[in-house]
Amino acid sequence: MQYQFKWSVLWSGQSAGWLLQGLITTLELSALAWILAVCLGILAGALRTVTFAPLRAAAVFYVEFFRNVPLLVWMFFWYFGVPPLLPRVVQDWLFNHGAEFWAAVIALGVYTGARMSEVIRAGILSIPRTQFEASLAMGLTVGQAYRLIILPIALRLIVPPMTNESLNLLKNSSVALTISVAELTFQTRQVETYTAKAIEALTAGTLIYLVLCLGIATVMSRLERRFAIPGLIARVGAG
Amino acid sequence: MSLEVITSNFQFLIVQGFFGLGSFAGGTLRLAVPAIVLGFLLGIFVGLARLAAVPWIRIPATIYVEFFRGVPLVMVIFWMWFIIPQLLQIPLPEYGVALTAFVIFEAAYFGEIVRAGVQSVSGGQVEAARALGLTGVQSMAYVILPQALRNMIPALVTQMIVLFKDTSLASIIGYVDLTKAAQIVNNREIKPFELYLFIAVVYWVCTYSMSRLARRMERRPSPV
Repeated sequence: MQYQFKWSVLWSGQSAGWLLQGLITTLELSALAWILAVCLGILAGALRTVTFAPLRAAAVFYVEFFRNVPLLVWMFFWYFGVPPLLPRVVQDWLFNHGAEFWAAVIALGVYTGARMSEVIRAGILSIPRTQFEASLAMGLTVGQAYRLIILPIALRLIVPPMTNESLNLLKNSSVALTISVAELTFQTRQVETYTAKAIEALTAGTLIYLVLCLGIATVMSRLERRFAIPGLIARVGAG
Repeated sequence: MSLEVITSNFQFLIVQGFFGLGSFAGGTLRLAVPAIVLGFLLGIFVGLARLAAVPWIRIPATIYVEFFRGVPLVMVIFWMWFIIPQLLQIPLPEYGVALTAFVIFEAAYFGEIVRAGVQSVSGGQVEAARALGLTGVQSMAYVILPQALRNMIPALVTQMIVLFKDTSLASIIGYVDLTKAAQIVNNREIKPFELYLFIAVVYWVCTYSMSRLARRMERRPSPV
């Protein structure tokens, strides 16, 4: 292998700045998409357990359609497919305000939300039906029973699988480079193009992802222990 | 919205882009099927290596799994794209690059499934197999793995669906799969909404039928 290593390309010139910008964009994109995904996931996951059939059917359609299609297709769909259907004024505004970033947030959020809702539904279903009946018997409304009893317990049961999905979201944010969002993988490619040092650039990008993922995994396992309800935590895995 | 763009390009999208039939190297299925088979085979080795008693087998396998599960697939594809020509000193077609990246990446995930499956078989089975005079390899091949595989089926199918969807990422290095085929047609016809919705439905039909099949297998009681 006749490859001349030159690690200094990573801190000389603009490389470090580009990688830092990429990291910030990746974090912004992932954070916004995560908020969207959690909201959609909770909504769809809860709707799939209600008794009113049309609501349940809508939630099933959302989950089954969006999680079973590749994220890349959703990126193209939200970035190239949807904006032409919007009014001209909205289109102009979008393309002056980073349309690719917002398309990526929606694609990533809607896709991950569908996956998260499955995790949330499993959490809700793992809570004994009697808990729900007991809350109604205590005089709570259905909404209160969900908000005060079911969701607080379910959310704690699902911390481990949700961490997994959140890390998937972070890693999947790299797909946004296909619609030219300047996130970490995009900037890694940029460093590689400008310095012609592929291995150094890819190593830097890979290490940043590894540190991010390991860091989040560590923080979440601490939180998991902090919020665990004694005697309840094994239930999701067992059910 | 008109479906004319789909019908007039149906042959290119489905026959070439999806099935990969024809003289050129392309096709979602042509990439997905070998990637699933080879990724799973490598995954069996990775999963068993993670359970090995010998530390110099177990620790590299653990690092392998943790590394690839902490890195985006897109990054791995780019690695292969740059590294393979450097190592082999020959240009490799996109198909080879993509297939290598998928097999190496997915083996880490398949390995975790295999490990969980093997661990789900009770320890008494190993002891009984050894007491009957089977060697370690024999008891793994005839007693543990057949039972473990049955326990793994739901997780395996889920991972196959993930891998099937991930093959769309091969389009970013220029491999002509269904997604790239839709992009090529869109560049000429500028009908993004129809085209991307259409390929979404094609992907959905495949993955949804796979998950229905998995659910049916889960319900069927195991023959032992």
